[in-house]
Amino acid sequence: MESIKDKVAIIGMGCTKFGERWDKSASDLIIEAAYEAYKDAGIDPKDIQAAWVGTLQTSSSGVSLAAPLKLKNIPVTRVENMCATGTEALRNALFALACKAYDLVFVMGFEKLKDLGYAVLGGGYEHPVFNTGYSTPGTYALAATRYFQEYGATKETLAKIAVKNHKNGTLHSKAHFQREITLEQVMKAPIIGWPLGLFDCCPRTDGAAAAVLCRKEDTKKYKKGDEYILVKGLGVAAGTGMGKSRNDYDYLHFDENLSASRQAYEQTGINNPLEELDLAIVHDCFTITELIIYGDLGFCPSEQAKDYVDDGVFTMEGQLPVNTDGGLKAFGHPQGASGLRMIYEVYNQLLGRAGSRQLRSPNLGLTHNLGGAPGVEVVSCVGIFGL
Amino acid sequence: MVGIISYGSYVPPYRLGWDEIAKAWGKRAPQGEKAVANYDEDSVTMAVEAAINCLGPLNRAEIDGLYFASTTAPYREKQSSTIIAAALDLRDDIFTSDYTNSLRAGTNAFQSALDTVRAGSADKILVISSDSRIGAPKSDSERLFGDGATAFLLGSENPAVTVEGSHSISSEFMDVWRAEDDPFPRSWEERFIITEGYMKTVHKGISGIMNKYQLKSEDFTKVVLYGPDPGSHSRTARSLGFDLKNQIEPPPFATIGNTGAAFSSMMLISALEDAMAGNTILFAGYGDGCDVYILKVNESIEGMRHRRGLKYHLSLGRPLPSYDKYLSFRDLVNKGVAAGATRATFLPWLWRDRKQILSLYGGKCNGCNTIHFPIQRVCDVCLKKDEFEEIRLSDKKGKIFTFNVDNLAPSAESPVVITIVDLEGGGRLRLEMTDCDPAEVKIGMDVELTFRKMHDAMGIHHYFWKSRPVREEVA
Repeated sequence: MESIKDKVAIIGMGCTKFGERWDKSASDLIIEAAYEAYKDAGIDPKDIQAAWVGTLQTSSSGVSLAAPLKLKNIPVTRVENMCATGTEALRNALFALACKAYDLVFVMGFEKLKDLGYAVLGGGYEHPVFNTGYSTPGTYALAATRYFQEYGATKETLAKIAVKNHKNGTLHSKAHFQREITLEQVMKAPIIGWPLGLFDCCPRTDGAAAAVLCRKEDTKKYKKGDEYILVKGLGVAAGTGMGKSRNDYDYLHFDENLSASRQAYEQTGINNPLEELDLAIVHDCFTITELIIYGDLGFCPSEQAKDYVDDGVFTMEGQLPVNTDGGLKAFGHPQGASGLRMIYEVYNQLLGRAGSRQLRSPNLGLTHNLGGAPGVEVVSCVGIFGL
Repeated sequence: MVGIISYGSYVPPYRLGWDEIAKAWGKRAPQGEKAVANYDEDSVTMAVEAAINCLGPLNRAEIDGLYFASTTAPYREKQSSTIIAAALDLRDDIFTSDYTNSLRAGTNAFQSALDTVRAGSADKILVISSDSRIGAPKSDSERLFGDGATAFLLGSENPAVTVEGSHSISSEFMDVWRAEDDPFPRSWEERFIITEGYMKTVHKGISGIMNKYQLKSEDFTKVVLYGPDPGSHSRTARSLGFDLKNQIEPPPFATIGNTGAAFSSMMLISALEDAMAGNTILFAGYGDGCDVYILKVNESIEGMRHRRGLKYHLSLGRPLPSYDKYLSFRDLVNKGVAAGATRATFLPWLWRDRKQILSLYGGKCNGCNTIHFPIQRVCDVCLKKDEFEEIRLSDKKGKIFTFNVDNLAPSAESPVVITIVDLEGGGRLRLEMTDCDPAEVKIGMDVELTFRKMHDAMGIHHYFWKSRPVREEVA
């Protein structure tokens, strides 16, 4: 088995302003992200040989991308893997390049959630009785309750993560939320699903993000300098969803995260992620999720994650800045776009384009997507990108 | 001799004070309260509870029939007894039947079960009465009606109470009625209804049975008599020559309320809880006539002392905080979008999973003994395919491994408490929790399982199991 490391380059990216884009359609968002990426990559859209589009709820089929962009009669595939959809779309493009089926490919992730009103996730062909009383915050609250009991974390631990991500979000003009919040605000916010309050939850957001990819050896065809990043590793793990019925599942970790990160670290050759990574953009759909991820991805021992938060290890100034763009919490979470938005932040940081959020000469960044919820269906994606 | 082999009852724990109802309408009320079914309870779920309490450790496979009596069956067309039989995991080669449309449905079912056993068509029949009638807001019925259920196992094998005689009256009298589109039962001027209807019919029935069997009023240790309200009940009992203080079983008007088709049998259970071998009990059900029985108690009654009867449920009452909550529980206010999203349903899926949904069967792997719910064809632990045994999980207790208190999840009542329950003997279930104070839910809490209504979709009532704090055993 051969590693994907250093075979494929991302030569251009685009990302819309995330937020409540009432006056824009899904097609508008797709066009906004696509043309930024085309320009950045320096390509003519006619040169795209194949494309992958990720959307969870907004549309179906490759036509959702081909139609607005007028990608005429080339292979366009719709990809869906819950909240990991965006990264999954990129992964498909990646392997198509690696096997040399194509030379230049395009990836798009998008979602137009604000047209859907209060519709909660799911609601389609679901079991008629087994999953009643379901809300996404509620399912993550099951983990928080257990985490508090076992590891001594508190609502304040979670609040610190929300405060950090909101602060980082103010440094990115495309983030959904643009204001700092205080620890007190988080602690006093209305409870959504005990113990998670309003500020422990990410928002529902409109947005799209895109990437143009080619093989490393072909980068010179499109870019003059070294304005690209390389895929170092990409791991994906889909679980069996049996935590809810197995007495040995602890609701404190995700096996899927352990497996996906192990795959990505092995491909990249990472032994100590805290030391070797320069930044990580992870799936903080809820503050408890980010806390769990610190342990699952090996940034610290799970039982000590609380202390690492207290010590500020994952802040902008800390040893491993996490969610420098505000994360799902402040940037927003259009599921199909989120994976690519994370890569967009790593891309900008590694290329020195991150403006007021710019970290000092980062070389290696991680993105992490998590679909599903503790104990039920879970998909984890971990990507490593470097120069 | 045919008779009662076992009994059990169920009264929902919530109690609405009569003062709360009076307050809502600017009236005054005497002291009392009524039992109110939780929002997820109905006649079917209460019937399941009463039946479980009646069956206790008895072998469910020996039951040959189930008769269900109610004026508030959840479907106009579709049998309820089959739902109850499935929840109880009874055999499927049994005879099931619903008795409806009359307050006398309870004793009608009782009579039919006696006759079925006497005719040799069945050895053991479960007779369940359950009602959750809604009195029109502001009416006296609103205060007087209560919710509850009873169950009797009837048979000829060593009954603790034998039926020594019976007598029935059919009376075409408009007492209470509910036409196709009426939301609440109607009646006529009380003086007419009571004097010409209730009192005369009961008189005819009881004097009829005493003449038939040459008995006098003093021959009965206890008299169990349906009554529409406390005054009419005691006046009628007195006029029949019974000693109100020593003979008449007091109706639980001010503690539970008039439980409709289950009311007289609920009083019978109360009488049996104190009965001694040798006692003779007069048992009368009323509604469109009258069914009267002479019952004789024998020594086997001592074997039933641990059943969950009426006293047990009277001790478990907890206050419903307000009249508003009652309106919400009984769906008397339009909650509109606040009631949550309408769920889709898929009938073939419901049908395929019926044994898991209604009888709560899980799969126990023959390779590694792991219990899975829902059933998995490929074991998640040892990967053996199709090598599992189906086992019933509904009678197991468990402990809360983790939980949430969810204000966002769509539901008729909020918050929703979801519990991850580790079962004794293995297995883990994700269940909504009911009959609980969300502030008191804790990791490690002991829970048991209860059959409840989850939601309605396309006119289909979706039943499943929930967790609830474990209740005390009978002292």
